[in-house]
Amino acid sequence: MQTPPHKDLSRPLDELHPNERLKHESRYLRGTLVQGLADPVTGSISADDTQLTKFFGFYQQDDREVREERRLAHLEPLYQFMVRVRLPGGVCTTAQWLALDAQARATANGTLRLTTRQTFQFHGVLKPNLRKHVQGIVAAGLDTIAACGDVNRNVICTANPLMSPAHAEATETAHRLSAHLMPRTGAYREILLEQPPAELPANEETLYGATYLPRKFKIAIAIPPQNDVDVYAHDLGFIAIVENERIVGYNVLVGGGMGMTHKIATTFPRLGTLVGFCRAEDVTAVAEHTMCIQRDHGDRGDRARARFKYTIEDLGTEWFCSELATRLGKPLEAPRPFHFESSGDRYGWQQGSDGRWHYTLFIENGRVSDTKERTLMSGLREIAAAHDGIFALTTNQNVTIAGVPEAQRPVIDALLHKHRIANEVGSTGLRRNSMACVAFPTCGLAMAESERYLPTLIDRIDVILREAGLEKDAISIRSSGCPNGCSRPYLAEIALVGKAPGKYNLYLGASANGDRLNSLYRENIGEEQILEALRPLFTSFATQRQPAESFGDFVIRSGAVKAMLAGRDFQR
Amino acid sequence: MPALAVSSPLQSVPDGRSHEVAPWASAPFDPALAEEARRLIGRLDAGQRLWLSGYLAGSLGAAVAKAAPAAPAQPLVTILYGSHSGNGEQLAKRIGETLSSRGLSFVCLDMLDCRKNHLQEAQHLLVVVSTHGEGEPPDSAKPLYELLHSRKAPRLERVRYSVLALGDSSYAFYCETGRRFDAQLEQLGAQRLHDRVECDVDFQEAAGRWMDTVVESIAREHASSASIESLSPSAALAPASATIATAYTRKNPFQAEVLVNQRLTTRNSTKDVRHIELSIEGSGIHYEPGDALGVVPRNADEDVGAVLERLPFDAEAAVEVGSQPLALREALSQHFDIGLLTRPLLERYGAATQDAELVRLTSAGQEEDLQRYLRGRHLIDLLQDHPPTGLDVAAFAQTLRPLAPRLYSIASSLRATPGEVHLTVSHVAYQSHGRERHGVVSRSLALLTDEGATAPVYLQRNPAFHLPADPNAPILMIGPGTGVAPFRAFLAEREAQGLHGRTWLFFGDRSFWSDFLYQAEWLEWRKSGVLERIDVAFSRDAAQKVYVQQRIRERGREVYDWLENGAHVYVCGDAQAMAPDVERALLELIQEHRAVSAEQAEEYLMQLQRDRRYRKDVY
Repeated sequence: MQTPPHKDLSRPLDELHPNERLKHESRYLRGTLVQGLADPVTGSISADDTQLTKFFGFYQQDDREVREERRLAHLEPLYQFMVRVRLPGGVCTTAQWLALDAQARATANGTLRLTTRQTFQFHGVLKPNLRKHVQGIVAAGLDTIAACGDVNRNVICTANPLMSPAHAEATETAHRLSAHLMPRTGAYREILLEQPPAELPANEETLYGATYLPRKFKIAIAIPPQNDVDVYAHDLGFIAIVENERIVGYNVLVGGGMGMTHKIATTFPRLGTLVGFCRAEDVTAVAEHTMCIQRDHGDRGDRARARFKYTIEDLGTEWFCSELATRLGKPLEAPRPFHFESSGDRYGWQQGSDGRWHYTLFIENGRVSDTKERTLMSGLREIAAAHDGIFALTTNQNVTIAGVPEAQRPVIDALLHKHRIANEVGSTGLRRNSMACVAFPTCGLAMAESERYLPTLIDRIDVILREAGLEKDAISIRSSGCPNGCSRPYLAEIALVGKAPGKYNLYLGASANGDRLNSLYRENIGEEQILEALRPLFTSFATQRQPAESFGDFVIRSGAVKAMLAGRDFQR
Repeated sequence: MPALAVSSPLQSVPDGRSHEVAPWASAPFDPALAEEARRLIGRLDAGQRLWLSGYLAGSLGAAVAKAAPAAPAQPLVTILYGSHSGNGEQLAKRIGETLSSRGLSFVCLDMLDCRKNHLQEAQHLLVVVSTHGEGEPPDSAKPLYELLHSRKAPRLERVRYSVLALGDSSYAFYCETGRRFDAQLEQLGAQRLHDRVECDVDFQEAAGRWMDTVVESIAREHASSASIESLSPSAALAPASATIATAYTRKNPFQAEVLVNQRLTTRNSTKDVRHIELSIEGSGIHYEPGDALGVVPRNADEDVGAVLERLPFDAEAAVEVGSQPLALREALSQHFDIGLLTRPLLERYGAATQDAELVRLTSAGQEEDLQRYLRGRHLIDLLQDHPPTGLDVAAFAQTLRPLAPRLYSIASSLRATPGEVHLTVSHVAYQSHGRERHGVVSRSLALLTDEGATAPVYLQRNPAFHLPADPNAPILMIGPGTGVAPFRAFLAEREAQGLHGRTWLFFGDRSFWSDFLYQAEWLEWRKSGVLERIDVAFSRDAAQKVYVQQRIRERGREVYDWLENGAHVYVCGDAQAMAPDVERALLELIQEHRAVSAEQAEEYLMQLQRDRRYRKDVY
């Protein structure tokens, strides 16, 4: 099969999306960022530079809450930056946690945000503090390179490398892939770190080239039976096949992704297609070649269809497998059997294979801050100071205090209670399996509230759940302020996707283990209608469910929605 | 009549600049000057042109008298003015008009342009001068002031003179400059024509009386100069005076409707600065960028009520205000300053009440105690601490000082926003001695939020702060805080005229995030090229405080290049700290980049001032 001629890298720049020319002419992402950062008259950088800085892990945003107020006051919007860390596998040392915590209070808005892709996000970083902020992260032994932009993003992995040798191996693989696929441009070092230019070839990006990828590229590694990473939701998914506590290789999933545009049927979430198995020693090569296939064949004309999932959808998996085999020098092997149980986290204390303990702490929507009721940020700071080990971020926006010796457990418990942050016994299973993206007031894409709204909506849903006796059931609910799906809403048993302020599409019927998308149930509805829609479903689920049947499966069996079997049908 | 040659094309063609070219071709000017004059006249409205034709005709008497061999070789009267605000110039011109109307020749000079020979040749010297800061002369008066006090000072035995001193009694050195000019002229042998008159902020009446008296006595001495009188084109003057008479003034302000009252500083700012748009539709007010708008003050009812409660007088009791009887309540609302106390007020009040403590405070050597008492205290505090025992209402009223109008540099261009005046008003509000205090006018403006609310306003021209006549002259604008207002007017005007570049703004305030007045507009103008450069300094964003003068220093080389390329420098804003700091920065950079001595740098800057290329509107 042929790539449609108007789309791929072989076409002249003029025929491609303007971002392609921008990248091409940016001198490997340098653009005019130096001048932009030095301009004291505006808190912003130029529109072109905002595209380029994504590759360095930061996004220009503005506080949308005060946009109108400032416009009337003849002031520009309150520009600020979101800065995202590159944190392969979600692992940081407690020393690094302390450094990032301090950085958040020094040069950001004083909170940390744990993301669905297992890393830290800072909000409210003002332009004059931007370099200082990034340099602070780098001083902690981390960086922000490629945390956003048209490149391979943070590589995620089933949480906590200390859980078992396989977890350690998978995390190590995440690090290796992230390092291997990292952009090489000297711009980051020169402009943001203010260090002398490194020795680089004239073509600074031997892997990416001057135009990088058509869009972002995401890799996830899952260790069955846990599918916490939602391995089907990424451009490239690796399912670890473990034998005798060792990873022998990975099943390969290609073409997953969440984002879509409301009402545009040619855009849709898609689950990765299982195309084979690769041996552990080949995983880097498979990742590189897969990414490069997308680099060469992805759609560079229409950014709404530039993700790898559309390349796979348009050209087919057979084409992909043969292309990969050619580049790899051998075909993938037949996929190995595996089984996923859940996409949620296991909360509370778990014992690892070496006998040490790990406490997974529920963090509502990943927001680490202090409130009157709970001093989460201070608490985690105190725990990090008391525990010389690691904090493992999960892809469900939670954190695992990892590697705690038996004797140390009471210390951690005491601190969790002191700060009133221990997992609440009283929380419903729904809340513990809830996830929201950031949305207002900083995200420029948000059409409706998400992080600031979901907790209060759950307060009301909880009442219905308790009435129906479902408070213990681990039903997943996710909300997203726009259809791009940062919280992976299309894989939740209940999903709310923003349409307009206070209005959401309600989706139901994803599987509990992340291998089936949900389906549209109600369109453009407000809170009362959401509750009205859920109430009878919960009531009948409570009375009519089959043993071990999940809510997502029930709504399909009961006929409320049809099972969504292919992404291309999602908006039809 | 030469005057008609100027006025006829202007009057017959209200707005057709091309039509004005023909008569100019034969005018006795060199082409560049003709062009400049034509452009200047082109910017005037009909009323202004009429006034100018009258003015020219009036001053022509002087010019002709000066030139005519039969007439005295020098004009009869030399009027010297020196002031920051334009009040001095305005008064000087009024004197000129009055002299013209009496057929007396005169020359009217900015002190900046006054040379030694002007003094030596003067017959009658009328000096109008204001006082600033700690009793200092205005910048434009400094060279003359220094000359008079130097060994180079001329002897002035032949000169008869009188001084009109302008001041503000809320300052310690009230009318000090006028006093010194008066004393020094006497020292140099000049004869006093009339005693010095000192005017407070409410100067119009006192100044008017002085003017009438001195003109009258000059006229009496020269009753015989009929030949000069015949030269006075009274026909041209009559309509000009009429125009002035009907214009809105402080006494007869225009009620301007508030169109917009928008806070410019954010909620979390330490300041409340408002952008206020007023409608002057139908007023005939025609202003130029650089002019100011006077806002007639009125004390807040609750403040007046509080003062009345402390007074043992009937609120309706009549008091005399400018020889008119008025109810005390009205007088306190409109005519008397019931705000901050001043030394003269305390002196008068102490003398009237015979209050031992006040007498002590205002006696010699008590400066520290006095200042401590004055700080932050208003009339209400004085009445509380020292009730007006033994005073009747008239005696009490005589201790008060007049309520001064507030002048705001206009922040808009008529060309860009016809029918509107925009002001940038900092609402002064603070706590002192347990009471909430507010700026009289800034509060009343800030409170004008209702639909249809109006503010009483009048135009205060400030020709010394107008844009350069040459649109190609680069302009360097230094305006931190609300001092940036006229520069918004400048850029709006230049944008409306389709001009690009050659503009450089220095702005500063406390915080970039909350106090960057008109930020979005500067950015737009920078993008479109109307504003070529902008440098900013925010004092509270970093550990180290940064002010505009620092930015000027940092850009010293470029600033100097601009000066060398003919830039006009405008400074607007705080007179106490900012303007002197900016001046120091300018002097330093001139010294450094011109590689000259401090004295030579001062001379360079002085020359800029004489060339009207260094202009200040500071307060």
